[in-house]
Amino acid sequence: MRRLIKSLAISAGIAVGRRLWRRYRRKRGAKSTGPSTDDRDRWLAVSINAPPEQVEAEPRLREVLARPGLRLQMRITPAPGGRGTELAVRLKEQPLPYDVNLLSRLAGRDPRQPVRRALRDAKSLLETGEVIELEPREGPRTLGGRIVEAAGARAAGEGRL
Amino acid sequence: MRALCWRGVNDLSVEDVPDPVILNDQDAIVKVAATTTCGSDLHLIDGYVPAMESGDVLGHEFLGEVVETGPGVDRLKKGDRVVVCSFISCGRCWYCEHDLWSLCDNSNPKPGIAAALWGYETGAVYGYSHAMGGFRGSHAEYVRVPFADYGAFRVPDGVDDETALFASDAAPTGWMGADLGGVGEGDVVAVWGCGAVGQMAAQAATLLGAERVIVIDRFRERLDMAERHIGAETLDYTATDVGAELRERTGGRGPDVCIEAVGMEAHGTGPQHLYDSAKQRLRLETGRPQALREAIQACRKGGSVFLLGVFVGWVDKFPVGALMNKGLTVRGAQQHGQRYIPKLLDLMAEGRLETRQFATHAMGLDAAPRGYNMFKHKRDGCVRAVFHP
Ligand SMILES: NC(=O)c1ccc[n+]([C@@H]2O[C@H](COP(=O)([O-])OP(=O)(O)OC[C@H]3O[C@@H](n4cnc5c(N)ncnc54)[C@H](O)[C@@H]3O)[C@@H](O)[C@H]2O)c1
Ligand SMILES: [Zn+2]
Ligand SMILES: [Zn+2]
Repeated sequence: MRRLIKSLAISAGIAVGRRLWRRYRRKRGAKSTGPSTDDRDRWLAVSINAPPEQVEAEPRLREVLARPGLRLQMRITPAPGGRGTELAVRLKEQPLPYDVNLLSRLAGRDPRQPVRRALRDAKSLLETGEVIELEPREGPRTLGGRIVEAAGARAAGEGRL
Repeated sequence: MRALCWRGVNDLSVEDVPDPVILNDQDAIVKVAATTTCGSDLHLIDGYVPAMESGDVLGHEFLGEVVETGPGVDRLKKGDRVVVCSFISCGRCWYCEHDLWSLCDNSNPKPGIAAALWGYETGAVYGYSHAMGGFRGSHAEYVRVPFADYGAFRVPDGVDDETALFASDAAPTGWMGADLGGVGEGDVVAVWGCGAVGQMAAQAATLLGAERVIVIDRFRERLDMAERHIGAETLDYTATDVGAELRERTGGRGPDVCIEAVGMEAHGTGPQHLYDSAKQRLRLETGRPQALREAIQACRKGGSVFLLGVFVGWVDKFPVGALMNKGLTVRGAQQHGQRYIPKLLDLMAEGRLETRQFATHAMGLDAAPRGYNMFKHKRDGCVRAVFHP
């Protein structure tokens, strides 16, 4: 019974959320479809192959998105055409321009990198129940190898999200 | 354990590496019984795929025995003889659910590299560079198989190792080319490249109802193999004008479906080849698309071209005018193995799909560098070198 009430509450919450979101979009009108002028304001998003009710109710989602150092705004909306749920987040505090330049990205200091990683991890956890791990590398490194390794280490937090 | 490692361009060595362990609940460990060379590896060995690290273990087409399973593995058990798809795919993302397995969203832990190259990352492959995940390959005594319930398939008892091995990569790749290329009853199909992938595309086209299948290469023994096992017609591109020959053989129409199974290191003759080789060396283009250009040019009006050969970046003089004006459908993909492997194993068990002829050279893992050398230069009629660790 308690579970039923909980799931009803969640569904109601989502319905309200959807309505608010639509109203917000209508209100923003053309403005909301215009391009974001500053990359730092962008929402980073993944689509999850599960209905919004399920995404909303998943405790592991909160766990991942509440990792230390992440202070995020979150938005959960249904994806069109049965494509599941769009999960979008953005940092509550806009990063400084200096934090998101190429050098910071290469150094792994761009605060959006852990956000992308968290989004991907949340998606994988929800869809498959795990986040795939890689074997650790051992042995001596060549210079080329170190460059590829560094690129690989950043790669989890980069990409088009 | 022993494994074949990439040490740099054209530099391979067999070395000791740590044994794999279960890292995720849905992993299994497979003891490798047979693992084979693939044309895709040549692109890594020749240095055309960025994102290789010295020490990376090569190999992605393999078969073996399950020796350990993680607590999240349900469908497999210890002792199962399995063939493993070269692509690692989760089975539950939108792409996997829509049978587009090589596009899996959840298997590539280093998505930024491929996303920078292609806009979005693909799924991961065993032993195929850090752009494709950075997983250890199968030219080793043991391999860790993530998402094992989805990627490893039990081999039916009547199917031998040398046959089933190619259900991992070459057979589903070729099948996909014919299937998604839209081959239907009565079609004329032309296939560029007569390696294991091209020959599988030709065999699939026949099984899917094509009336005539023409394979194109310059190695006589490969063309003979396709003639003998598939009953395909053959064409030596060094001896004739491919476009004119295809027009003549098709009553002036051109093939309905053209499948490219050559990839970014196409061999060629004439000024076009010199041009591509120079530009590729200077990295002004990352592939030599001579066979692809030819396929697009030769295809009938309104026909379909499927690109199976691997390309990583951009190419020059792409015949976009032919594509647009002739109303072609051009499509390509990395193989969606999990979609086809069960059916291919059934066909193998019924004796309707032949693959063991590709295993022209068998050897121990320690001989793998020599095996790759033979395979690369197509010496001694080598179609595939198969290693038994
Ligand atoms: N899409 C996928 O998922 C997938 C999977 C496996 C392999 N591949 C790719 O398929 C291609 C073929 O693989 P393979 O294992 O058969 O390789 P392979 O090296 O054994 O065969 C390639 C053949 O192409 C021939 N060739 C070269 N230039 C040609 C030209 N101009 N015209 C006609 N033929 C030409 C060669 O003589 C050779 O016989 C490679 O590019 C490989 O990377 C793709
Ligand atoms: Zn392959
Ligand atoms: Zn998937």
